[in-house]
Amino acid sequence: MITAERKPFDEILALIEGREKVLVAGCETCVAVCLTGGEKEAEILASELRMKAQADGRELTCEHTAAIRQCEWEYLDMIADKVAEYPVVLSMACGIGIQSMAEKFADTLVLPAVNTNMLGMPQEHAVWLERCGACGDCVLGATGGICPIVRCSKSLLNGPCGGSHGGKCEVTGPNNEEIDCAWQLIYDKLYAQGREDLILAITPPKDWSKSNSGGPRKMVREEAKPV
Amino acid sequence: MSTVTLKSGSRLQRILSEGTFSVTGECGPPKSADGTVIAEKAKLLAGYVDAVNITDNQTAVVRICSMASAHIAQDNGVEAIMQVTCRDRNRLAMQADILGAAALNIKNVLCLTGDHMSFGNHPQAKGVHDIDSLQLIRMFKDMRDDKKFQCGEEMPVAPELFIGCAENPFADPFEFRVHRLKKKIIAGADFVQTQCIFNIPKFKTWMEQVRAEGLHQEIKILAGITPIKGAGMAKYMKNHVPGMDVPQEIVDRIAARDKGEPQQAEGKRLAVEMIKELAEIEGVAGVHIMAVEWEPAVPEIVEAAGLLPRPTVA
Repeated sequence: MITAERKPFDEILALIEGREKVLVAGCETCVAVCLTGGEKEAEILASELRMKAQADGRELTCEHTAAIRQCEWEYLDMIADKVAEYPVVLSMACGIGIQSMAEKFADTLVLPAVNTNMLGMPQEHAVWLERCGACGDCVLGATGGICPIVRCSKSLLNGPCGGSHGGKCEVTGPNNEEIDCAWQLIYDKLYAQGREDLILAITPPKDWSKSNSGGPRKMVREEAKPV
Repeated sequence: MSTVTLKSGSRLQRILSEGTFSVTGECGPPKSADGTVIAEKAKLLAGYVDAVNITDNQTAVVRICSMASAHIAQDNGVEAIMQVTCRDRNRLAMQADILGAAALNIKNVLCLTGDHMSFGNHPQAKGVHDIDSLQLIRMFKDMRDDKKFQCGEEMPVAPELFIGCAENPFADPFEFRVHRLKKKIIAGADFVQTQCIFNIPKFKTWMEQVRAEGLHQEIKILAGITPIKGAGMAKYMKNHVPGMDVPQEIVDRIAARDKGEPQQAEGKRLAVEMIKELAEIEGVAGVHIMAVEWEPAVPEIVEAAGLLPRPTVA
């Protein structure tokens, strides 16, 4: 799933500085599952903004709404009437939803209230870990189902660097927490599977043109197009 | 070692191929535009080492680039080993740089992954990591031997290179380390410089694995040595430098002396003892002395280890 984190409150305030009518728009799909930008979180943010405005003695009309999915035109139709009442929308959807809103409602100023951060999975309740870099050329078949592109700090393709120690990466996470060495995990998995030949072989340079290095990507399924 | 690679004109390659126990040093360029710093370090090491590594933004800190520094070092009497990391450049820049280096008569290159950006002075930088160090070795080998760029296009004049790599026998998974070296040999590495060694028993175990695979016949192995300047440095390396294995007894040995000159003298003595012990290990072709910001200690250590005079190459 796509995960996102709410921007710091002060950054959101700076984005809407001087605005008197703001709609907070949640999205009930990915960002709702990661407890960041669903209808409930949109309601909370709208409430926080109203309280802050009141405390500062400013005028602010602020409501919330939510689309089932901000990234699809038909779901945006369902919130169009509410959006039309506001010159400014703070979207709590992922970057895809925010852009869909901005494109759909061209006369409305659509601003981001979240930072979209990864394609991750809930490892445990309230903890998400990055699992996919959407690189466009999946290598999981040769790496024991563990992605070295996003789970190795240096995106190595030929085994662990000299900074792998006790199963941990030399790099630590944002809160100084330890990170598993992806290549230790891959090594253990491939040996357990009897597929160690895969780690002993040399993997050639990756074709990054299939990732965003090749420019914005587009997928067309001709067979699925209406005739 | 093929005759093709011997044409590189590398003095280091010549000395190693003749079976002479070799000595390489290391020079970290400055965090300023002052090229005289490199010139001075080079003059200090000339005659005491066969070649000197020029680091490439080591520990992810911006410094004079390794190509310019290597050129300055060679102008000041010591052959350079230009380090190249995968952190700061993509395959286009790396190939362009190695052509430039070869045009400047730089003969040796060391292919590295590079320390992660988070350790350096620009932790917000985007890491490139277009290719990894193995792929870098292969790319340079293909340029040298097949006159081919990574894309497959041909070039009329190939860079003549002596291609090196690094390996850390103290990193995990330990059993994979020898396989990783083997991969680097297959990719095209001619020589390897190891992470600095303090845990000699563990290094000997690794060398047993290397010999069991016959790898010492296929690649020149230079054992890494870092002279310890004081107990503080020993403790820091033990506890804070990734991939470093410093036994407590080493820390205690240095700490048992008074701070300053006595600890430095002990650090140099220890380095000399270790060089002599490493030289006895079958398959070790030389030592790589990384005196981090302590280059003046190198001549004394090389002399005390009985490694002078360094050979002259026709």
